[in-house]
Amino acid sequence: MLLLLPAAVMLGLFFFWPLLRTIYISFFDYPILGSPSFIGVRNYVDAFGDKDFGQAVLFTLLYTVIITPVLLIVGFALAALVRRNTRTARVFQTIYFIPVVIGLASASYLSLYIWQPGIGPLPNLLEHLGLGSASTNLFADPVSAFLIVTVTVVWKVAGLQMLLLLSGMQSIPAEVNEAAKIDGAGAWQTFRHITLPLLRPTLALVLVFSVAGSLLAFDQFYIMTGGGPENSTITAVFQIYRVSFIQFHLGYGSALSILLMLVLGVVSAAQMLLLRNSDNS
Amino acid sequence: MTSTSISRPHAARAGKAASRRGILPTGAWWVVSVCLAVIFLYPLYILVTQAIKSPAEAAATPPTAFPQTFSLQNFVDLGVSQGGLSLLSSLGNSALVSILTTVITVVVSTLAGYAFARLPFKGSRVLFFVTLITFMVPFQAIITPLYLTLKDIGLQNNLVGLSLVLATFNLPFGIFLMRNSFSAIPASLEEAAMIDGATALGALRRVMLPIAVPGIVSTALLTFFAAWNEFFATLILITDQSKYTLPVSLGILSAGQNNSVDWGLLEAGVAITVVPCVVIYLILQRYYVAGLLSGAVK
Repeated sequence: MLLLLPAAVMLGLFFFWPLLRTIYISFFDYPILGSPSFIGVRNYVDAFGDKDFGQAVLFTLLYTVIITPVLLIVGFALAALVRRNTRTARVFQTIYFIPVVIGLASASYLSLYIWQPGIGPLPNLLEHLGLGSASTNLFADPVSAFLIVTVTVVWKVAGLQMLLLLSGMQSIPAEVNEAAKIDGAGAWQTFRHITLPLLRPTLALVLVFSVAGSLLAFDQFYIMTGGGPENSTITAVFQIYRVSFIQFHLGYGSALSILLMLVLGVVSAAQMLLLRNSDNS
Repeated sequence: MTSTSISRPHAARAGKAASRRGILPTGAWWVVSVCLAVIFLYPLYILVTQAIKSPAEAAATPPTAFPQTFSLQNFVDLGVSQGGLSLLSSLGNSALVSILTTVITVVVSTLAGYAFARLPFKGSRVLFFVTLITFMVPFQAIITPLYLTLKDIGLQNNLVGLSLVLATFNLPFGIFLMRNSFSAIPASLEEAAMIDGATALGALRRVMLPIAVPGIVSTALLTFFAAWNEFFATLILITDQSKYTLPVSLGILSAGQNNSVDWGLLEAGVAITVVPCVVIYLILQRYYVAGLLSGAVK
């Protein structure tokens, strides 16, 4: 019991207490200076009429809906590619995984330079290929800014998806694939009827991870787009940050945090249920 | 150290038969794999070359594809204070926070993991479950009261306070990993130690710990990487520029001064943030991947 004490104190002080306090504060008008006043559920009522937050949530959902399948497909393709028991295949595994150990912030600063108008290598490469001018600021257009962020995150995260899916694929016994081959199944049939169903638990895990990560996106947009152009790339966490730490409405920010947590909980639970149910059919 | 990134017992068995040949013929496989490797490594090539160019070449438009000059001036400039901000002290702050976070996480989660695995008591299952629940709550959502709590105990804008918070975020995963490591050790070993008169803590120290080293290394690595790369929590909990860690300091460089960003300097700063991670990963890959997989898949 004594051995659990340090963990209990830390989790209590820096997790459970702040969690309860988030709920408590969300019922207050809570400026950073001055005294807080109880206002009931007004923060929550306000949140539902808040156009900025609504737009941020919509943008976050859009980002999640776009990046999740891309990540899944790229990760799956990489896993299928390096799924060979050879030394070279393992070298490629290692290479594709390297960006995973780089922080998202570092990756974002790197991308910021690489896509910088004029001086960045990729806009210059695009100009060479006859695809636009190197001096076009790709961060100034909502669509290209969004694409840059997506490409950066895929580069950084795909290796992790590859690794998880690969470990899932490798836990499928070889005999099962052999049996399918003997029964005359082609590559596509083996994939559709054996690999995919047996991989379902791993797919569920990868999906939940990437959806949760995308719904909480902050670093990449804060660093690369600063939420711009014209606030078009502000995510939910970004908006909560602005409300709490730029406008200093701590109570309102907490209410938004609670709402975000609820959305995240519902989405994660839905994915779990969905993947479990289709398992039974 | 081998370059094996995934080596699990059943994988080795399945591997021989299934995966000598993959989805593509060998020639095409090589072409695709190498092209992808180029894409994955290209940004890192840009990072390193940009950092070692002379400041003048690093600022050139259009950029040079291959460095024409070699200079460590950008790294030297990192030590020079930029409007009250020295990247060198940020590097020190990063090292301090990452090491402190790692030590706290490893010690606390080893103790707790051992207790959960080996010293079951009434309610320990429930407690373990409660620990796991914390996975479900994103820390971004509780950052405001964390800020207030740290302020209450005088640790806001303090690197030790930041380390305690980061360690707490990493605890559930660490406890989970350490519990699994200890559960995998046969009970007879520990009983032998107990019979020889060792206390629980003594048995932990002399018998269990040496065997649990791989789990400890995995926990330490994952925690270190998470702390080293943490951005959001530092941005909010640290308000004093001189106490910023690298990822947050770099933001000041990337915002630029007088509307111009020194890209050579910024990429040199990114390089000193990125290179240690890549080197540690390449050396200790086995432990890193093992930790990640056992934490994620189970």
